[in-house]
Amino acid sequence: MPQNEHIELHRKRHGRRLDYEERLRKKQARAAHDRSQMAKTLRGHKAKLYHKKRYSEKVEMRKLLKQHEEKEQKNTVEQPDKGAIPAYLLDRQQQTTGTVLSNIIKQKRKQKAGKFNVPIPQVRAVSDAEAFKVVKTGKTNRKGWKRMVTKVTFVGESFTRKPAKFERFIRPMGLRFKKAHVTHPELQTTFHLPIVGVKKNPSSQMYTSLGVITKGTIIEVNVSELGMVTQGGKVVWGKFAQVTNNPENDGCINAVLLI
Amino acid sequence: MEENSTSPQISVSFISEDNEELGASGVLVPVDISTESLQILCNQLLENSDDPVPISFFTDDGIEIVDSVRKSLDVIDFEKTLKLVYQPQAVFRVRPVTRCSSSIPGHGEPIISAQFSPDGRGLASGSGDSTMRIWDIELELPLHTCKAHKNWVLCISWSPDATKIASACKNGEIIIWNSQTGEQIGKTLKRHKQWVTSLAWQPLHKDPNCRFLASSGKDSNIFIWDTVNGSVVRCLGGHTASVTCLRWGGEGLLYSGSQDRTVKMWRSEDGVLCRTMTGHAHWVNTLALNTDYVLRTSCFEPSKRCIKPSSVEERQTVAKTRYDAALKIASGERLVSGSDDFTLFFWNPKESKQAVVRMTGHMQLVNQVVFSPDTRYVASASFDKSIKLWCGRSGKYIATFRGHVGPVYQVAWSADSRLLVSGSADSTLKVFELKTRSLYYDLPGHGDAVFTVDWSPEGTKVVSGGKDKVLKIWRQ
Repeated sequence: MPQNEHIELHRKRHGRRLDYEERLRKKQARAAHDRSQMAKTLRGHKAKLYHKKRYSEKVEMRKLLKQHEEKEQKNTVEQPDKGAIPAYLLDRQQQTTGTVLSNIIKQKRKQKAGKFNVPIPQVRAVSDAEAFKVVKTGKTNRKGWKRMVTKVTFVGESFTRKPAKFERFIRPMGLRFKKAHVTHPELQTTFHLPIVGVKKNPSSQMYTSLGVITKGTIIEVNVSELGMVTQGGKVVWGKFAQVTNNPENDGCINAVLLI
Repeated sequence: MEENSTSPQISVSFISEDNEELGASGVLVPVDISTESLQILCNQLLENSDDPVPISFFTDDGIEIVDSVRKSLDVIDFEKTLKLVYQPQAVFRVRPVTRCSSSIPGHGEPIISAQFSPDGRGLASGSGDSTMRIWDIELELPLHTCKAHKNWVLCISWSPDATKIASACKNGEIIIWNSQTGEQIGKTLKRHKQWVTSLAWQPLHKDPNCRFLASSGKDSNIFIWDTVNGSVVRCLGGHTASVTCLRWGGEGLLYSGSQDRTVKMWRSEDGVLCRTMTGHAHWVNTLALNTDYVLRTSCFEPSKRCIKPSSVEERQTVAKTRYDAALKIASGERLVSGSDDFTLFFWNPKESKQAVVRMTGHMQLVNQVVFSPDTRYVASASFDKSIKLWCGRSGKYIATFRGHVGPVYQVAWSADSRLLVSGSADSTLKVFELKTRSLYYDLPGHGDAVFTVDWSPEGTKVVSGGKDKVLKIWRQ
């Protein structure tokens, strides 16, 4: 027979010791003092662990107390909601006049801004010195009218280089791109789509005509494989997207579709 | 006689509204005859020339004769007898309200319902602060504050004998109050599971002691209560969505409009569903009976200073005679329902479940429809900022009252059917005149949307309450 069963048997037979209740009461009464003594004297890691345990115990206790309080509370006074409305408006979506006004104003502002509302509104200007490298030409390399584009470019299919003598801007083959990774902002999916053209490079009109692609540039991409349809039912194939990375650093073009 | 020789003559015959010809045959009159002379003539034929009644005249097509016959009609067929429908107007004249006589604070939350008593001597208002207040109308001071509800007091309804007020709150509890002392009568009537949308007392001529009350709730049930026992007599279930409006007609029929797009007709004695009227494409918001006014005022004759007959039997007979007279003019009980599908339907509920006519024209939902006291017109208030006027007989479109810059929530007729007051979300009240079909008076003053408007049945005062927590009384 295990030890504890012996004591249980003994208790059944003879009852507890006579001063049991008294001792228990005193023990419980002293428990708080003992605990606080312990909390005071504990140091270091043990203290940390002890206080953490004690804290969670206290949280439990407080929750329990609150529950009991709520249970004991008799008639709760239910306050009716503020902003009473008549029965004929109860089922309707309420829009107060003030909010309507501000909504209209917001809407208008949005529309105004709508034309220029792009994911990256502020673009760092790219200076000519940064985008172009002067190429020395001439027999003695004295002439400096030739430029080499140091940024990523898009060059159309039909482009043919001019004779070297007349070519002012060189767009290196290594930095030419034909495709871009375009993310659809609502679907949260990315497609690898062919670029149709460069619509606008905010830094300069010249960059646009050269097809320079930097961060914030609006490009037109071929979205025919996405199967988008206009309101009239026609398949959309060209859509604008804004470049979100620095392609010259990353070696790829990432863009967000403008919906 | 000099006049007669110069202007052509036309034969005119007068026809009453229930299609009885006055006098034997046509009377020869000059074309230039003015309406005043026509009135004198008609009064003579009616044999009340010593006590003349104002009368307006209409052709068969519903064109009103204004100034003279020649001026108001484009084409006059001299060969035929011109048939003129004569409509006796109210003997008394309600003067338009033009000023705010007092704005009484008291309610702590928006006022969402207010109603004058049927005799026009009492006024009660319900508010979002879960109290109903009874006001002294002469001193324009608070009389009693009735506190028992625990939520917004959504509807208030005076019993037709003006001794009791029923109020219902958003918790679905209905309480009957003594209008004199402001004390609760009997138990709180609890049965609705959601808020109460509409209350209707049984008409006085059926129930002289005002014992039975009907209530409709969001929980798509209609209950008929015995207010003495505080028990439900009948439970009318059948709607599948919130019941929005309830009317207790004078023939013992209950009409209910619901968000399940139907209007249902119930027999009040045994609770049988008599008719389901379908047609609306969206929620039915409001109903109006052409006898609403006469049922509301019951035994109180506005032209006789709304004096209450002394005995119960007398009250019942007065109410009955008044109701029968109104029914005769209106040729039967007619119902108009307004809906979220921007249209109104004109029903003849006793005859058929098909609509008489569909009244289109509103560009937004119709929030309230009211018949004029003389049953000849219908006014509809809509969220498209306009009020439209329709013929109360045929449902034909008559006019549009514009002027509000916000949704129009409520309209109320003056007792003589010559004026109309409307309350709107744009925080103003506007008085419209029927004769000129135009805005008569603008009543600004409220600080926010006006939720409730009522014109006292005897016509001297208008009450309005709204979101700015102030009850305003307007008078001439």
